[in-house]
Amino acid sequence: MVEIDACGFSCPIPVVKTMHGLENNPGEPVTVLVDSEVSRENVSRLAQSKGYTVKIEALAEGYKLILNPQSSESTG
Amino acid sequence: MRQLHLSPIKDQNLLVGLETSDDAAVYKLTEDLALIQTIDFFTPVIDDPYFFGQVAAANALSDIYAMGGRPLLALNIVCFPNCLPLEWLTAILQGGADKVAEAGAIIAGGHSVQDDEPKYGLAVTGLVSPQKVITNAGALPGDVLILTKPLGTGIITTGIKADLVSPETQAAAVTSMTTLNAAAAMAMQAAGVHACTDITGFGLLGHAAEMALASNVSLELEMGKIPFLPEIENLAFLGLIPGGAYKNREYLVNEIIFAERITATEKMILFDPQTSGGLFIALPGEKEGSFFTALNRQEKGTLFTQTVGRVTEKKDYLILVK
Repeated sequence: MVEIDACGFSCPIPVVKTMHGLENNPGEPVTVLVDSEVSRENVSRLAQSKGYTVKIEALAEGYKLILNPQSSESTG
Repeated sequence: MRQLHLSPIKDQNLLVGLETSDDAAVYKLTEDLALIQTIDFFTPVIDDPYFFGQVAAANALSDIYAMGGRPLLALNIVCFPNCLPLEWLTAILQGGADKVAEAGAIIAGGHSVQDDEPKYGLAVTGLVSPQKVITNAGALPGDVLILTKPLGTGIITTGIKADLVSPETQAAAVTSMTTLNAAAAMAMQAAGVHACTDITGFGLLGHAAEMALASNVSLELEMGKIPFLPEIENLAFLGLIPGGAYKNREYLVNEIIFAERITATEKMILFDPQTSGGLFIALPGEKEGSFFTALNRQEKGTLFTQTVGRVTEKKDYLILVK
């Protein structure tokens, strides 16, 4: 799975990195690592606006966001 | 600043100090004359140094207007790295000087330090009659609430950093941020204002909540009447929301009731921290017409001014957004 490490960056950089990750991997699940609540919320908003579901796992220092395209199961 | 719990300053001539979360300090000199003093500076919010200078100056001058005063003198505060071209600094200072001149005030000096990141702002001194000081504490039930600039500058400047804002929208934001609040201030004084504050870092809801607290009232805002800059809803929907908006939400969320149909995106726009935002004015309902008549005689900055809500008796919330 594509993994984007956006730790250490403040907004809007994590959103921009995630946007590029989604554009470069259409139809694929993408994992994003962030280290702030602001980035967690903003990246979640971006993913939902692009039709992805968001699963959030809390890490020791930050969050792992697993973004899945909503149509991935039906299109295989 | 007030969150630092500094011991309150008591002085019979200090008419407005830190404790009421107001926009500037007011100090009485004589029975007819008081000084207003305020200071603000920040890192560039837009790429163009000349317009950044204008924005910083309009933002610093705004506190004087919000309190009913007339700007008199300004001092520059500059941080600038030695790795950037000196022409940028010249352009920033020229932007500030032009805006201060437009306000009818003068720049009398300033101070600069070398720093890694550029910062610019001004300390501004204004004059006001002690009897005519406008604070955020005078709103009364039955007043209408008027907002004079559209919301969204925090979201737009975040979007500009992501290179996702059209030139037209950037221009609209720059026009709004460089517009002096002078015309709105003159109109509110002509109409008979009860309370005023300007919308800056705490966002519309943060500054409105301060007014509600200081005035011991509650406020009702109508979502559909609140003016936004273009593209704001789309940018917020994409997650281009500055950290300050989340801080404002965390600080205020228990004081505010949102109608069910208000979307998460709309809420974040109401929490969006503003740079050089508009005035937020409470004045008697029957004076609303004369305010807009007085404002429409002015040339600039009237485009987005709207009545956005009303003041009610104190309820168990500070603000209802419906």
